[in-house]
Parts: sequence; structure tokens; C-alpha cells
Amino acid sequence: MKAETPRPAGSGFGEAIMVPVRLAMGLVDAPLRWVQRRLGIGGMAAFFLLPNMLIFGIFVLLPFFINFAYSMTGGTALFLDDRTFVGTDQYARLFDCSNYIDPNSCTEDTFWTAVGNTAWFVVLQVTLMILFSLITALILNRELMARSFWRAVFFFPVLLSPVVVGLIWKWILQRQGLLNFALYGFGFEPYTWLNDRNWAFAAAVGVSIWAHMGFYTLILLAGLQAIPKDLYEAAEMDGTRPARAFWRITLPLLMPNLLVVIVLVLIRAVQIFDEVYVLTGGGPGTSTLYLTQYIYETGFATQLRNPGLAAAASILMGMVLVVLTLIQLGLGRSSEKKGSRK
Amino acid sequence: MGHIKLTNVIKSFGAIDVLHGINLEINDGEFVVFVGPSGCGKSTLLRTIAGLEKPTGGDLAIDGKVVNDVAAADRGLAMVFQSYALYPHMSVRQNLAFGLENTRMPQAEIAERIAEAARMLEIEPYLDRRPGQLSGGQRQRVAIGRAIVRRPVAFLLDEPLSNLDAELRGSTRAELAALHARLSATMIYVTHDQVEAMTLADRIVVLRAGRIEQIGTPLELYNRPANRFVAGFIGSPHMNFLEGAVEAVHPQKAVATLVGGHRLEFPVAGATIETGSRITLGVRPQHISLGSGENSIPAKIRLVEALGSETVLHADVAGQKILVVAPGQHDLSPGLDISLSLSTAPIHLFNEKGLRL
Amino acid sequence: MSRIAAFIFRRKGRNGWHWTDIVTWIWLVGGLLIMFGPAVWLVGSSFKSPAALAEFPPTILPYVTQKATVEGYDKPLDLYDATLPDGSKAVLAEVRRIGVISQMVDPEKPGEIIKVNISQRTPVRTMAFATTNYTEPFTQFDFVRYLWNSVFVTVTATLITLVVNSMAAFALSKYEFRGRTFAMLLILATLMVPLSVIMVPLYSIVSALGLFNNLWGVILPTVATPTGVFILRQYMLTIPDELIDAARMDKASEWQIYWRIVLPLTAPALAVLAIFSVVWRWNDFLWPLIVLSRKELYTLQVGLSIYSGELNVQWHFILAMTVVTMIPVVLVFIFLQRFITTGIAGTGLK
Repeated sequence: MKAETPRPAGSGFGEAIMVPVRLAMGLVDAPLRWVQRRLGIGGMAAFFLLPNMLIFGIFVLLPFFINFAYSMTGGTALFLDDRTFVGTDQYARLFDCSNYIDPNSCTEDTFWTAVGNTAWFVVLQVTLMILFSLITALILNRELMARSFWRAVFFFPVLLSPVVVGLIWKWILQRQGLLNFALYGFGFEPYTWLNDRNWAFAAAVGVSIWAHMGFYTLILLAGLQAIPKDLYEAAEMDGTRPARAFWRITLPLLMPNLLVVIVLVLIRAVQIFDEVYVLTGGGPGTSTLYLTQYIYETGFATQLRNPGLAAAASILMGMVLVVLTLIQLGLGRSSEKKGSRK
Repeated sequence: MGHIKLTNVIKSFGAIDVLHGINLEINDGEFVVFVGPSGCGKSTLLRTIAGLEKPTGGDLAIDGKVVNDVAAADRGLAMVFQSYALYPHMSVRQNLAFGLENTRMPQAEIAERIAEAARMLEIEPYLDRRPGQLSGGQRQRVAIGRAIVRRPVAFLLDEPLSNLDAELRGSTRAELAALHARLSATMIYVTHDQVEAMTLADRIVVLRAGRIEQIGTPLELYNRPANRFVAGFIGSPHMNFLEGAVEAVHPQKAVATLVGGHRLEFPVAGATIETGSRITLGVRPQHISLGSGENSIPAKIRLVEALGSETVLHADVAGQKILVVAPGQHDLSPGLDISLSLSTAPIHLFNEKGLRL
Repeated sequence: MSRIAAFIFRRKGRNGWHWTDIVTWIWLVGGLLIMFGPAVWLVGSSFKSPAALAEFPPTILPYVTQKATVEGYDKPLDLYDATLPDGSKAVLAEVRRIGVISQMVDPEKPGEIIKVNISQRTPVRTMAFATTNYTEPFTQFDFVRYLWNSVFVTVTATLITLVVNSMAAFALSKYEFRGRTFAMLLILATLMVPLSVIMVPLYSIVSALGLFNNLWGVILPTVATPTGVFILRQYMLTIPDELIDAARMDKASEWQIYWRIVLPLTAPALAVLAIFSVVWRWNDFLWPLIVLSRKELYTLQVGLSIYSGELNVQWHFILAMTVVTMIPVVLVFIFLQRFITTGIAGTGLK
């Protein structure tokens, strides 16, 4: 049981708020006692589980299964009943390329561009994200003044909405923006970064790292702090050099956390959309067009929308995510086991 | 009214049988203690009576009515839990009132009952505190108070003293006994501590591995344990058991050869004993005296515990351990050879299966 | 100063500087600039008038050139600190500029034109907060509606999330029943089905339920979060079962046990989930973008992104509204950060 802090009973405002809640909960009680008599105590478990299961069923499981049917149909009609069955045509269309190395040779060249962009994005973003958050976590794990302040500094952007993140950086990277101003001080000419294919891509990677790094730093920091301090003291007594202590103590003991973080970053990098969409809109051209945006635009936005094709693409992406999530759950479980063995 | 009758009650969790056909009748106003080592099923038995566990088989009747399908709340019982299970977010007063409010009792009567219980248990000064702000003993009183205000047909107490320190446990035990006398309600009390069982119970139910070993008053169990298990469990320090074989049987007494070769005479007192059968002789440590005599055995001292008022000797009789509690102080040291006299000791006889002869 | 520095840079148990100490401080100070800088820059910019926004190089704080109404001139004139040809200094108003020569007048003596080289004058600037950046979007555009929609979605979704998920967590932590493991696995499995994978069929289901262009269509698909169930269940497992038994002996119904015993004791975990939920729902973008196509239903996030995507972006309004959008989250950050960080460290989930 958690230690309970003594509170004076009945602090005015909180009590006032609770009155209607009490009333409502009390009113619900009478019919529920009747339900309980019908179902028995065990049956009440089903009652408590029901709302959640209904919502999961309708808004997650149902669409999940419908998605397969959807990807087998064509046309622009919304409801499954009205759609024409086309078999695996949508998948065939996605994979219709004359040269599998060149996305431009495919019928759905934007899909393959999005796949290529996403792959590149994932490789770059995940590597740099892990690197930066690991370094930050290691630094925050040192004996610092005001550690919680510094932790907050790096965590701050995590809470910002993707739209806000996108707009902040769009504003900084524009022609009259802060970046150009800073570089102007060093004698550089102003440049419209987001109109450059390569710089836009780099910006997408950088901004997404900026926005999410603090979250992973926090998990890694928690992992670092869970390493018993006496291990380092023992190593110091043995005359172990700090670098060796890092490789032989810190890294192995942090590995379970690190693996979980890597997979988490991967899962979210594959789905990258919001902040980049606001920042670049996928451009210039298709240089920052990623898979989720492709699915969104194919399914909803364009004049020639083709929900069936979007569904097929989303199933392909879903397969990748399922594999990654299973790996993560497996890692989580094995690290839990290790934890309990202590 | 608190008459409780169990008929062949069986409880199993999945494939594991915890209770094997319990038959028990508890009379109104009786203080019954379930005692046994941990895992013997005593808590499960209590929870089954409470209605928190549903029996797998058999019948449970309260005041003559079978209550197998009556919910815990509607059996009219109140329970005191080992961890007290006080609602940590409610004040003591709210803790006491919660159960009464659930029965839609008028506020005035609730207040009256709380005041009465608080007075009885001397917890009036703490009524507006939360459980987290109380000491262990105070919490324990509140837990009992929560049961009292319900005016139940029977109190169920699940090891209520096990979280208190030794001194407090002693005084609270006495208060519980006084409370029972005052309320004269049926109380069923679960403990693994045989001292609590002996001091509190009108009747003790000794359980082992889901079976009742013996039911009886504390002194019945002490003086005439039905089997070796009960004999060993009741009484402190536990009874000594000496293994041997019957050598000769006479009308009033018999002679046994102990493992190791010593011969010992013991009264038969009507038991049927066959020559040559294996036998266990049970002697309480307090009944053995130091000194040689006609019915004495040699022993070697292993350990001496001087407690001041008495001296506990751990000794060895040809490989069998024996414990002796000798009143007063004795100048003895380990390694010494002594002689133990059993001439005046009541000797309990158990057969090969451990049953009393 | 040096004592303060010594205090800040003090390192426990060791004297002298190691190279890692230098890296640490470079990293931290750099982090401070990169992480907070953009937000500070945003807030500063949001108070600038369109003219100040177009300036290059920009200033951090919002400055405008002071103007003065001078007799004989219709429009207010810009004021400058000018060095006169005789070397004296004065505050003059510029009438017009011809090449490198500025024709100026003294506001006190409007008749007399003074010619000054433009390198000899600097504008008189004062700080001015363009609060109209904030007021106009609310009065002339639909941002009040967007704000209200966002608040409605966030509050409603959070309340439903708390109730629905705590009920499920209660069932999964305090009852033994057939299919419990199955239910747990089912909830776990939904982790694998993010919005980006099911948005096309989900859209058709939400439409079939008549929730397209309806704020409830934004709310309902989000309220049953597996993360919420897990956080709450984990916490409820620490509540002793004897407490539930005691309540049952006290004639409490299961519903009463849920809301009078278990919910109050789960308050810390509920608080964490509530904070998470508020941040998630406030920040949601893709799903509202799909479900809401009528302007008056936009949430702040959708409204902002649509406005910022228009051809002639009115940055001064966009920046101000971005700040407004940021405010609740910053408040959460300032006051409730501790809850969040312990929540994340404890569950490893977001």
C-alpha cells in the first residue's frame, strides 16, 4: 500500500465538484445492484469490461478486419457494400513496376517514392535519435546541479503538438527566419531551406528528432538510474577506468531499455506524418512524402482518390508495424523477467 | 443468533483441493478458533463461511438456513481482516459508517452505533483521522469496531493479532476475550499461534492439509490429543516423541524398548497394545524431571537455555532429541551426561499411524 | 559572480575539470538554446506587426519605428535619430528619401527641410506588442470556435477515457473470470493497430455511424486506449484484495466498490492518465483532419494547419494562434511535469 499523506477531510472546492459526481454515481447504483443480482459478482466483471470492449471492437478491431476487404475493392464509393470487388488488383497495382530499383518505372510511382523516403527517413532518424537521446541521458545521469531542470529542458518539446512543432520550424527555416539570421552573422546569404529537396529532408529528420528526443531520453535515463550505484563503486575499487565501466557495466545493463527504445523509435518513425506534413506538406515535389501521407492523400485528399489502394498500402505498412510491435512486446517481456530475477 | 453448521464442505481451486469435506457445528455465542500451520486451509475455511469463497461442495447453514447461494453481504456476518483492510481514503468514522450506509440505515442510528462502538473500543479521539495516521493497535481496534457496528450474527477474525508486536498482542488478546464476554456473540477466529488458540477459545478446531484433525476445548486437546500432529501442535515447547517397540504388556503397564536400547515402563490405562508393535511415546517437556529413579533414561545435554524462572534443556537420548523444561535454575553445561526421570509423567501413546492409543 | 559560477559548476567529490565536464556543459547549454530557443522565438515573433515580421535581419523583441504626426503632412512620419551636418544630434521625421539623401523635418519646426545622409540616421524604435495578432483571429476569424471545439474534444474525451478505461482496468485487475487473458491480449493487440493503418476503413465506419463532421466522431475512436488500461490496471493491482473483500462484507455493491473504494485509491494513476489524455487529445491532428471537413467544426490544430497552408500566409495571425495552441500544454508542462516524467519512467509508454 502506498503511504497515505494526511489530508484534512473536505477541502471546499474539491468537495463541491464531487457533489454532482456522487449524486450521479449514486443514481447509477440502484439499477446496477439489480444487474448485479442478475449477473452475480463474477458477471459484473463483464459489465465493467463492456464499454471498453465495445469501443475497441467498433473503432479498432472492426476497421482492422474491414481493411482487408476494403483493399480488395475498387472505385471511390465510401461504404463497403457499394464497392466493386477487384480481388488483388490494388496490390498488383502497387507492385506493378518494370524496374524494381527505380520507383519512377512503377505505375504507383508516388507509393514507391514514399516507401523509399520513409526507409531513408527511418534509417537516419532512428540512428540519430538513439545517439542524441543516449548522449543526453548519459549527461543527465551525471552528478548535475538542478538535474530536474535540465531534464525538463530536453523534455519540453515532447508535449508540443505536431502542428505547433511544424509551424515553429517552418517559421524559423523560412527566408526571413531565425536560422538565416544566425548564419547571416557569419556572412551567409539567406536561403529558403524548405525549397531545397535535400535540406527539406534533413529538416524533416531534424525536427522530428527535436520533437521526440526528450521522451526517449527520459526512458533511457530511468534505465540508467536503475543501475545500482555500488556497481560503479565496486568497479572503481577494482581500478576500472570510466570508459571501460561504460562499455562493460552501463551499456550491458542499459541494453534492455535501449532495445525497447530502438523499437519504439522505429515504430513511430515508420508512421511519421503530422509535423512533417505541416512543415513541408511533403514537398518540395515529393522529397518529404512519407507513407502515412501517401495513404492519407490516396484515401482522402486527392481528386482521384482511391480508398482501396490506400487500404492496400496501409495493410503493407501494418505488416511492418506488427512485426516491430511483436519484437517490442517480446523485448519488454524478457526485460521484465530479467528485472524480477534480481 | 449465530449458529453455524458446515456439512461436508469441499473447496478446490482448480485441480488443487484445499478443503476435504469439513463437518463442523458452531453454537451460538461460542468462541471457536481454527488453528493449524500455514497452508492448512483455515483461512479458506473462514472465507468460505464468510461467503467470499464459494464452496465446491457441501452445505453451509447459518441459523438453520442453507446460505450457499447467499452473497457475503447478506449473511449477516462481519469480518476482521489480517491487514485490517481499512479504507485508507476514509476517516475512521467513515470507515465505520460505510457498511451501515450501504444498508440504508438512518443517519441518527449510524451515529449512535459508531459512538457506542467508539466508546467500547476507546477510539473516540481518532474518529476523524485516517487509518494512515493511526498506530497498528489503533487500526486494529478500528477494524474490530467496523465489525461491531454491524451487529453481526457472528464475527469472523482472520489472524487479527498477527500484525501487532508481542506486547500489544498480549494485551489485545485479553481485550478480545473481554469483548467476547460482553457481546456474547459467536466468534470464529483463525490463527496459526497455538497460544492465542489456547487462551481465547471455547473450542479449538485443529486443521491440517484441509482436514479437521481434532475439535475440542483447549484442555481436551492438551490432555488428550487425538493424534501425534495435534499433540505436537498444541503446547509450548512442543511435546517430545520417543520411538520404540513394545516389549511386554502387563495388565496395568507395559514396557517398551526405545530406539537405542533403553527400556521404559509406562501406564497402559485401558489402551489395547500388542507386544512387538511399534509405538511412539509422547511426553511434554514440563513433565520430565531431572534425576535418576526407577523409570529413568540417560541423556546427554546439547544446549542449556537459562530463562531464570525455568531452564530449558536440549538433550539427546541415544540419537533421539528430547526437550526438558525444569523449573528453577540449574548449574548444567553442554556435554554433561544426566538422567531424566519419567516416573510421574503423563505419557501419550501413539501407534504407527500416529493415532492415539 | 565567480562564487555563483563556482556553485553552479561545483562537482561533487572531485576537483578540476575533466574533458567530460566541458562536453556536459556545452551539451546542456546548447540543448537549452535549441530546445527552448524556438519556442521563445515564436512567442517573441507573435507580437510583431506584419511590417516587423518582414524585416531582415529580425529582432528578438517586437520593435516598431516610432512615428509622429507633423503639421502639414497627412500621414504619420517615421522618426529618426539623426546627426546633423554640423555634428549636433536631433530627433527628426523623414519626409521622403531620395537616393542616399533623406529629407527630414524637425517635428517642432515643420516648415524647414533638413537634408541628411541616410548613413547619418537611425530609426527611433520602441517596443510595441501587436496584440491585434491575438485579438483579430478571435474576433474576425473562427478561432473562438476552434478553441471551443478543441476544449470540448479534450475535456469530453478525457472524461470518457478515465471512466471507460478505469472500469476495464478494475475488471481486469480485481476479478477472476474466463476470458480474462483473452481480453488482455485483445487490448494488447490493439497496440499494433495505429490510426495510420486503419484510417481508411475507420473513416467509413465513423461515416456509417453518422459521425462524419461531428466532434463525437473525433472523440469516440480515441477513448479506449490500451495504454490507459495498462497504467490503471498496474496501479489497481497494488490495492490489496482484502479491501475489496472488506467492502463486500460491508454490503457494498460491485459498482460501489468500483467508485467508492477503487477509484479514490487509484487517484494518482488517474491523474497521470488524465494529463496524458489531455495532451494527446489537444494535440491530435490527423484524425480530426480526416473527420472534420466543415470549417466551424475544426479544432485548433486543424484550423491552424489549414490556415498556414493557404497561399498568402498571414504569419502574424498564425504565430499568435500557435502560441494560443501551445498555452495549455505549456501549463501542463510547468505545473504537472513531475507527474508526466514519473508516469513515463514508470510505464515506458506514451
